[in-house]
Amino acid sequence: MPARQMSEQSLIGAFETPPQDAARAFRAALEALARPGTLHGIKGGQAPAPVSEAAASLLLTLCDPETPLCLMGAHDTREIRDWIAFQIGAPIVGPAKAMFALGTWDALQPVTVFPIGTAEYPDRSTTLIVEMEALSQDGAQLTGPGIETTASLSLPALEPFQMNAMLFPLGLDFYFTSGTQIAGLPRSTTVEAN
Amino acid sequence: MSDYNFAYLDEQTKRMIRRAILKGIAVPGYQVPFASREMPMPYGWGTGGVQVSAACLMPEDTLKVIDQGADDTTNAVSIRKFFEKTAEIAVTEKTREATVIQTRHRIPEEPLKEGQILVYQVPIPEPLRFLEPRETETRKMHALEEYGLMHVKLYEDIAKHGHIATSYAYPVKVEGHYVMDPSPIPKFDNPKMEMAAIQLFGAGREQRIYAVPPYTKVVSLDFEDHPFDPSKANHPCDLCGAEHTYLDEVIIDDDGGRMFVCSDTDYCAERQAMGHRGRLSPEAAE
Repeated sequence: MPARQMSEQSLIGAFETPPQDAARAFRAALEALARPGTLHGIKGGQAPAPVSEAAASLLLTLCDPETPLCLMGAHDTREIRDWIAFQIGAPIVGPAKAMFALGTWDALQPVTVFPIGTAEYPDRSTTLIVEMEALSQDGAQLTGPGIETTASLSLPALEPFQMNAMLFPLGLDFYFTSGTQIAGLPRSTTVEAN
Repeated sequence: MSDYNFAYLDEQTKRMIRRAILKGIAVPGYQVPFASREMPMPYGWGTGGVQVSAACLMPEDTLKVIDQGADDTTNAVSIRKFFEKTAEIAVTEKTREATVIQTRHRIPEEPLKEGQILVYQVPIPEPLRFLEPRETETRKMHALEEYGLMHVKLYEDIAKHGHIATSYAYPVKVEGHYVMDPSPIPKFDNPKMEMAAIQLFGAGREQRIYAVPPYTKVVSLDFEDHPFDPSKANHPCDLCGAEHTYLDEVIIDDDGGRMFVCSDTDYCAERQAMGHRGRLSPEAAE
């Protein structure tokens, strides 16, 4: 059987200068997670549609052959799998084994199937990259580590994040991506309706 | 162009460290295991801090490195040179100009602000290690928030000395859950840990990374009748006259003469430049 040809698109879209671009992207990701409710620019990665530049850059920064990745919904296409195989090398897995997961909020449901870590190793939990139409600093009210008083973020839901926070120190960590913007929501954040 | 990959480490190693840092941020005070690499310096010289710094640095950063508050000691100078060579970044001795500050055993006197990252070098990350040598057990103790042993240790201090004698690496409780070793900073610095900057801790030999996000609650352990006391030497700085800083005691002659000086050299120099004088300032001595 002839080998299936990889799409040409999978060969492009890496960082131009990987060490420097990844360093800048990581700092955006670090600030985003350390200060929930703040928006940061992250750019340089280009994956096939519908993956946003922010999500592609985050994958290039954090994922490699050691990080099982779960693609959900419209983000699980042959083109995207090819791109990840060539650019990142992360094994594509189901939710139960995922270290990272990528998809829209609806496609990632139910989020309860992702590992939340164990009492002795709470770090062994999935980081979800949630693709959003847009990000803004309004909506749910956030309090907790990284937030001086309160912050706001346009979360796609309320209850799942409240349930997640109750699992602390276990739980999932979230990145929200849209265009070249990124926001973070660690499990330590308390989420309330505004 | 440098002959090294940017910031020395290879990209896969940096990704591994970055993932550990992010999980550390998500679970404040929890020690995330990471595959610490051999660095071109011996363990105990800040290999953990250097790896965390290397994973954080970007080309636009300005790095400051201090060792016990001083910018000009061997450890600080060589780490600063290391990153000048391998990352070609700007360096400074000024706390407020730095975006990344790697520190051994001090928090700068000047309050840190948003946008700054403080990287601690940590020798023994496990606060319970000298009470319980088995990693399997301390891990369970953290999982169960079983910190009675630590309180017993502090109580024994009181029983023996009349007060809590632990004066550095004073254990803190982070965000009401994990008890954490703040690295061997003097307990004088503990109250500063609730700050606007991101705090990252790297223990190279012990292969652990942990973090305290900005504005996170960091409480020094104590008892109602023996509240935490961030004590300091009852003396002003002999060079800049500051009465609110952490001081080093320096023997200055063979007759037991001594002086107290700010351990934060940048802060002290800046105060002297502003005209503050202490008991042994060159002008005052004349």
